[in-house]
Amino acid sequence: MQEIKREVLVNKAKELLSDGTVDRVLGWKRGEFDYDVTPGVFRSAEELDSGFVWGDFCGANFSKYLVKETAKGEGRVLVFLKPCDTYSFNQLLTEHRFDREKVYALGVPCNGMLDISRIKESAEGIVSVCEEDGKVTADTLYDGKKTFDRDALLPDRCSNCKSKKHVAYDELLGSDGEVLDSGRFDEVEKLEKMTADERFAFWQGELSRCIRCNACRDVCPACTCEKCVFDNPDSGVENKAAADSFEEKMFHIIRAFHVAGRCTDCGECSRVCPQHIPLHLLNRKFIKDIDEFYGEYQAGAEVGSRAPVVNYTTDDIEPSQAVERGEQNA
Amino acid sequence: MRKISLDRLDALFAAISKAYTLYIPTDTKAGAKFEKWHGEERLSDALNTVRSPKDFFFPQTENLMDFKVEGKNIEVIDTRSECGDFAVFGVRACDVKSFDILDRVFLSDPVDSYYKNRREHGVIISLACTKPAETCFCHTFGIDAASPEGDVVCHKTEDALYMEARSEKGEKLMSAVSDITEDADSAAVDAQKKLIEDRLAKLPLAELSADAFGDGKTSEFFNAPEWSELSEACLGCGTCTFVCPTCQCYDIKDFNTGHGVKRFRCWDSCMYSDFTKMSAGQPRLTQLERFRQRFMHKLVYYPTNNDGLFSCVGCGRCVAKCPIHMNIVKVMKKLGGSKNG
Amino acid sequence: MQVNEYKPLIVAFCCNWCSYAGADLAGNNRLNYPADVKIIRVPCSCRVNPMFILRAFQRGADGVIICGCHPGDCHYTSGNYYTRRRMALLFSMLDYLGIERERTRVEWVSAAEGAKFAATMKDFAEKVASLGENKRLEDLRCKK
Repeated sequence: MQEIKREVLVNKAKELLSDGTVDRVLGWKRGEFDYDVTPGVFRSAEELDSGFVWGDFCGANFSKYLVKETAKGEGRVLVFLKPCDTYSFNQLLTEHRFDREKVYALGVPCNGMLDISRIKESAEGIVSVCEEDGKVTADTLYDGKKTFDRDALLPDRCSNCKSKKHVAYDELLGSDGEVLDSGRFDEVEKLEKMTADERFAFWQGELSRCIRCNACRDVCPACTCEKCVFDNPDSGVENKAAADSFEEKMFHIIRAFHVAGRCTDCGECSRVCPQHIPLHLLNRKFIKDIDEFYGEYQAGAEVGSRAPVVNYTTDDIEPSQAVERGEQNA
Repeated sequence: MRKISLDRLDALFAAISKAYTLYIPTDTKAGAKFEKWHGEERLSDALNTVRSPKDFFFPQTENLMDFKVEGKNIEVIDTRSECGDFAVFGVRACDVKSFDILDRVFLSDPVDSYYKNRREHGVIISLACTKPAETCFCHTFGIDAASPEGDVVCHKTEDALYMEARSEKGEKLMSAVSDITEDADSAAVDAQKKLIEDRLAKLPLAELSADAFGDGKTSEFFNAPEWSELSEACLGCGTCTFVCPTCQCYDIKDFNTGHGVKRFRCWDSCMYSDFTKMSAGQPRLTQLERFRQRFMHKLVYYPTNNDGLFSCVGCGRCVAKCPIHMNIVKVMKKLGGSKNG
Repeated sequence: MQVNEYKPLIVAFCCNWCSYAGADLAGNNRLNYPADVKIIRVPCSCRVNPMFILRAFQRGADGVIICGCHPGDCHYTSGNYYTRRRMALLFSMLDYLGIERERTRVEWVSAAEGAKFAATMKDFAEKVASLGENKRLEDLRCKK
């Protein structure tokens, strides 16, 4: 259950539309089922009344949509930002990817978004999903009503939430939270402790499932290049021809590296992966290394900060030491 | 009609795999997947596989041929090897239908010999759906999940698997398992069909209709203003096209080996910005155009060229997998007018 | 013995101002280093983007080494500092994916260090040879 009710968001949006603060609203649109929510633009109070949803399946991070949306015209767009979205928002501002003046940002508290695939694991034919007192009940076609602990349905990015604090907004609905002491590097550490052979087997297993749909890249708020090198036939590394696992390794290493220092760990990549590859574990490895090698750094925590990958000190760790450090962990 | 008790499925699979390479849907960490049966694999209870069985006939990537360069000579090397007989067990009604759609593309002149070779060697053992999912809408395209097509058609009841051959290839396969199956009448299967039909009628998408679309509707829908809203959130990823059982676009890529070239055919997606890129650039410059292409192809262009046959089978994979949950159901409801309320 | 016949293919990215000159000096001084080391001259070690390294492996390299000016001596003042950070992160990631860590290396070689260049290449080639062929980052599409 989310702290703020849908009506509060809708009323606020209507108010801002009618007083002319904004001329459109970026929000979540109702789908066929409770869980298939689509990002969309609302232009009137009627549209908001009939189609706007806010609930446990509104996981989509809108920050990246602002790049496209703000380029569309003069008017301001209203955007709802969950705490983790605000980090991406700041990061995109740092990179000058959209015009801050054209955005009215409403911070909304988030209690974690549910992962429908966790319900689907043990219930077939989900007709509706509702929640009460930390229990989620799915009404199904074949298994009747099934009840789950809400916490068990949270994806890794939410169960290891890094922050409930909004780092950017024009107005905040509800109360602000704190930066949390999460266990988000636990999985990375577990992998680091394995032998190289075990790690290779683990990633080979995960990455070999990749179908190169590029959803992880396309949804990533840090991936906003006009033309990705993997879409350029002249680069020689264009997607397609996934003949063996090299293609996938190359893609995922480069993808993660390209966002290293800019990745805010919003977890969208893992959310959208149709093959459930834990892509955030690649990004978190870079974040963890950056923290350990060059000091704690949270991308997007403030606008204008200089990412560690485009910075240096004269007494940085040598690459050989960086790798040896990994050995000590093992 | 023949039947075999469910607790003897392993014996059935063993018998089939003596003569065929057998693939069955089995549960993996990332959902059900067709895997080669070696003896330990268990039949998945999942409604359907995450990826479609089109991979068996039209794999994501295949080596078409190699070229070897020596001096001024270029040698063309045929890398094909004759495909062995294989059987795919547990193909759902929607996916069986998808092979018809692919056949019309790859088996019409000029015939795709790579596809044809695999198609000739593949035996489809279909399985009626006992539990259609909330995302299913195969009935919209006239497919009956209770009575699939296929070389051998199976129905799974509480305790037994009923099998019936429907083609020559199917007869041959059934004769290989005649020792372990027994004759059965159709009473149990009829009851099962009735059960499935009742369930199909209760599906959330049971009312979805494709009547508004089809042959000759290009001008009606091409410039529809709704495309803009429908496509606005599209990420431009290829998930829908890659999980789709009927998407058949591909690209050909060459890889330099230093002394020659390896030529690959690989799936392509109309959602990608470099799709069908030519010397003058891409024909579809915006995501709206790319998005429209995919759905117009499924609902209008393909039927126009193929006697009204839609190139969607309602398997629901895109409904389940789209990262932003925009899918053909929403498109049909939005554009299909009053028929889809 | 097959092991002895196996010659690893090494790609060495050398910066124009120090390491490439170091390689030159090694040649002028008739210092031996393995002939399987293929040098690619780059303006600065920071020109080497992670894609170059993966591409080298894709096209059949068994080991990749990047050589630049000593930290503080970069012709462009700070290029090699960036190299140091990037490669530390990249190598750590490759290690995380289970790729043998001896296949990649960064070494600082000045224009005066012909002997160091030769010794580094010899040592690196031996280490890579002991690992055998690169299997974990090979691309079958580019194999002969």
